[in-house]
Amino acid sequence: MKIGIVVFPGSNCDRDCLRAVKNVTGASVFFLWHKETTLKGADAVILPGGFSYGDYLRCGAIAKFSPVMREVIVAAEKGMPVLGICNGFQILTEAGLLPGVLMRNRSLHFICKDVFVRLENTKTAFTRKGRKNKAYRIPIAHMEGCYFISAEGLKGLEDNNQIVFRYVDAKGNATREANPNGSVENIAGITNTKGNVVGLMPHPERVCEEVLNGTDGRFFFESLG
Amino acid sequence: MKAQVHVKLKSGVLDPQGLAISKSLQSLGYDGIVSVRQGKVFDIEINGVDEKAAESMLKEVSSKLLANTVIEDFEVRVL
Repeated sequence: MKIGIVVFPGSNCDRDCLRAVKNVTGASVFFLWHKETTLKGADAVILPGGFSYGDYLRCGAIAKFSPVMREVIVAAEKGMPVLGICNGFQILTEAGLLPGVLMRNRSLHFICKDVFVRLENTKTAFTRKGRKNKAYRIPIAHMEGCYFISAEGLKGLEDNNQIVFRYVDAKGNATREANPNGSVENIAGITNTKGNVVGLMPHPERVCEEVLNGTDGRFFFESLG
Repeated sequence: MKAQVHVKLKSGVLDPQGLAISKSLQSLGYDGIVSVRQGKVFDIEINGVDEKAAESMLKEVSSKLLANTVIEDFEVRVL
């Protein structure tokens, strides 16, 4: 298994992802600079968090046109696993690989804290090793994480079981208070209809070692093995 | 040739920034202000194409990059 981590100008969670993948899976893992025109043989790709291209225009709007993303889009459409974390999720929606859009948090504040998210779909490439309906404690760190989709689009997500995570309280209930950013239906992460592309706002790569105060993110990377 | 592209949120899409601005104006005493919706204006200079071609090009770049048509509408004005 070879895993590529895309690095855009402004990515800042690329090294965390590299370390998490290496420690958890032992797979061969390498960076893919945004100007690459091939994926260097990667079997799966991770788009890490950060502020690609300074978040200019809209988060992820400029990144979607970078040379490496052309290859990612083609490979994703053929079924290659692609995980977008935070800014990576924003890029996946801008690129049209995932439906909907991530908007400014309802509170207008940057939010950086641990949250609980309930895993609702264990059929995706990145959640196969997770436990359905379990509430995982994973940190968020974002300004634009308010997931929005039309009523019709939401119905499509629900009908096709594309909602992967919802923000919940410690007991696993998707309450209004547990929704940190105003996302529609507490949505924290989704997948495409094939289940090979997953995007989420929380940062699983930050909770893969006991020393980092949690291991709830490990199952994402274990799912690749 | 000069042109502008106006991008604004579709009606019904929550605009927390517009809401914050409107509340701020109301707290400054501008009681008549009912609501504010925030958008973007792009001033664009174009060479070597006629007005019709410019308009169709700007519509293309607006839907491709300047606006996210999931949540935003755009309007092209050739000046």
